[in-house]
Amino acid sequence: MLLRNAWVGLAGITLALNLVACGGGQETSNKSADPSSPSAAPAGQKVDTATAGDVKGVVNLDGAVPKNEAIKMNADPVCLREAKGTQLSETYEVGDDGKTLGNVFVYVKDGLGNYVFDTPTEIAKIDQKECRYHPHVFGMRVNQPLEIVNSDPTLHNIHAMPKSNSEFNNGQPIQGMKMTHTFDKKEVMVPFKCDVHGWMNAYVGVLDHPYFAVTDKSGKFEIKSLPPGTYTLEAWHEKLGTQTASVTLGPKESKDVTFSFKPAGATATN
Amino acid sequence: MLHRFAKLVAASTIILILAGSLVTSHDAGLSVPDWPTSYGWNMFTFPPSMWVANILYEHGHRLIASTVGFLTIILAVWLWLAEPRRWLRWFGVAALGAVIAQGILGGITVLFFLPDAVSTAHAGLAEIFFCMTVAIALFTSPGWLADDRAAVDDSGLRRLATATTVLVYTQILIGATMRHTGAGLAIPDFPLMFGGVVPDHWSSAIAIHFAHRTGAVVVTCAILMAFTYVRSHHRSRRELTRPATLLAALVALQVTLGALTVLSLRNPWINSFHVVGGALVLTTSLVLTLRSWRLRFSADTVRLKADATAESVRSVRLHADHPTSGARA
Repeated sequence: MLLRNAWVGLAGITLALNLVACGGGQETSNKSADPSSPSAAPAGQKVDTATAGDVKGVVNLDGAVPKNEAIKMNADPVCLREAKGTQLSETYEVGDDGKTLGNVFVYVKDGLGNYVFDTPTEIAKIDQKECRYHPHVFGMRVNQPLEIVNSDPTLHNIHAMPKSNSEFNNGQPIQGMKMTHTFDKKEVMVPFKCDVHGWMNAYVGVLDHPYFAVTDKSGKFEIKSLPPGTYTLEAWHEKLGTQTASVTLGPKESKDVTFSFKPAGATATN
Repeated sequence: MLHRFAKLVAASTIILILAGSLVTSHDAGLSVPDWPTSYGWNMFTFPPSMWVANILYEHGHRLIASTVGFLTIILAVWLWLAEPRRWLRWFGVAALGAVIAQGILGGITVLFFLPDAVSTAHAGLAEIFFCMTVAIALFTSPGWLADDRAAVDDSGLRRLATATTVLVYTQILIGATMRHTGAGLAIPDFPLMFGGVVPDHWSSAIAIHFAHRTGAVVVTCAILMAFTYVRSHHRSRRELTRPATLLAALVALQVTLGALTVLSLRNPWINSFHVVGGALVLTTSLVLTLRSWRLRFSADTVRLKADATAESVRSVRLHADHPTSGARA
């Protein structure tokens, strides 16, 4: 009897502590604000490409170039064989001059009002090749199909960890396997990871409009066919955080925007 | 023979706990996304060539868990068929139920992407199951079955040892919560905390981490008190001095491993051995506690005699807590 009471007591403490320990700590999701500029388009209006303009720009790195961490792929002989040479994390994609930053997701965060956009039928793709995700950072649209491919002769799991959309974790043990997924809510950014190979990660920005771009190694980006208006642009980097800039675009106008990230902060100018 | 087998199950369980802690330490919990299958294969036919990188930890954990589950089935059946003490037979069944529940919790936590509550419960139940296997090994040991009239009757020791065991288990639950909520490095320095004796700022993660460090101090004090008490009051009783001494040594090792876990920025192996150390502290404290209660196990038997019919009294007297004849009381 005493023994039984002891076990019942221990089980009770387990349950109580688990409930106390795990009752909170939910973070809020990173949603962009609803478009509500004074020049908001009428509901359901489509963009008139005849008056649309462009936003171009560059993302600079202001400061010492941060180092990417070395990756050891010894745990999987296939990765070791497929990915040749020194392997580094993809956190900082820096231009040859050390002053520009790639893999930055730039998008219109606010100002589009009530424009509507057709869901693209073309398929977005992410490939697992040489034990990396390709691309590392990319954008796609709400309800656009995303094809996930395993081109490696080893197994991967693709684990998406969104906050607004549904989480999923699927295994792709055989080379050439494909699966398709759609995200039904906008979300910047949805992280992907491979739990088999801890160094593999990627990020996708899911938007309800087509105005986004990812900087190349020279830090350049271009957002085309943007209707006249005043917009808030946001530049997102996986480690350096986000920066915003405001830009006003007249009919057929083209504007330049420069973002400047510092390892300990960033500024934007236009 | 049964005692040896029970020891084998307990030893297998500590290996299972090490395997499980390696999964968490390597962040490998979702490296096999399906359950109970592994990448669509039957768990037992999943090709070894695919046990790469983090899959080695997760799939290895599943296989070791299956082995322990199988051993527990044998142990429960063996106890049911050969053990004369009715409560111990049911205790074996309870251990089997615990390991089954543990397996299901493990599956649920994978299928639901490692919810903190489920993963922490999985860690907490693992310790309870380990305690059960150690207790069965103790209850079937020659020392336990020897004449209980020589057992120590010390209410002070009973209170102290029981409190210590409860404190250790509570500390393990806090540690499990810390691990599964990612708060292991919420306070990054040791022995100071953000350069001071207490943190200069707070968050839920820092609070959990702080609770674990504070718990370590409390548990260490409790163990040192139990050790000192046993050494001063029961110096000649080896069945008490041995677990008390081992307990003191283990807690010293455990505190060292905890410090190294922080200082090494959560090296997976150091972190995992810290988890194993916690389990060993818990079960060593449990052994001391159960031995301090040994006489009360017999006292229950005496009370049973008073309430029993004349026929069963003969049965109890014959067999009581000494199953040497093999008959059931």
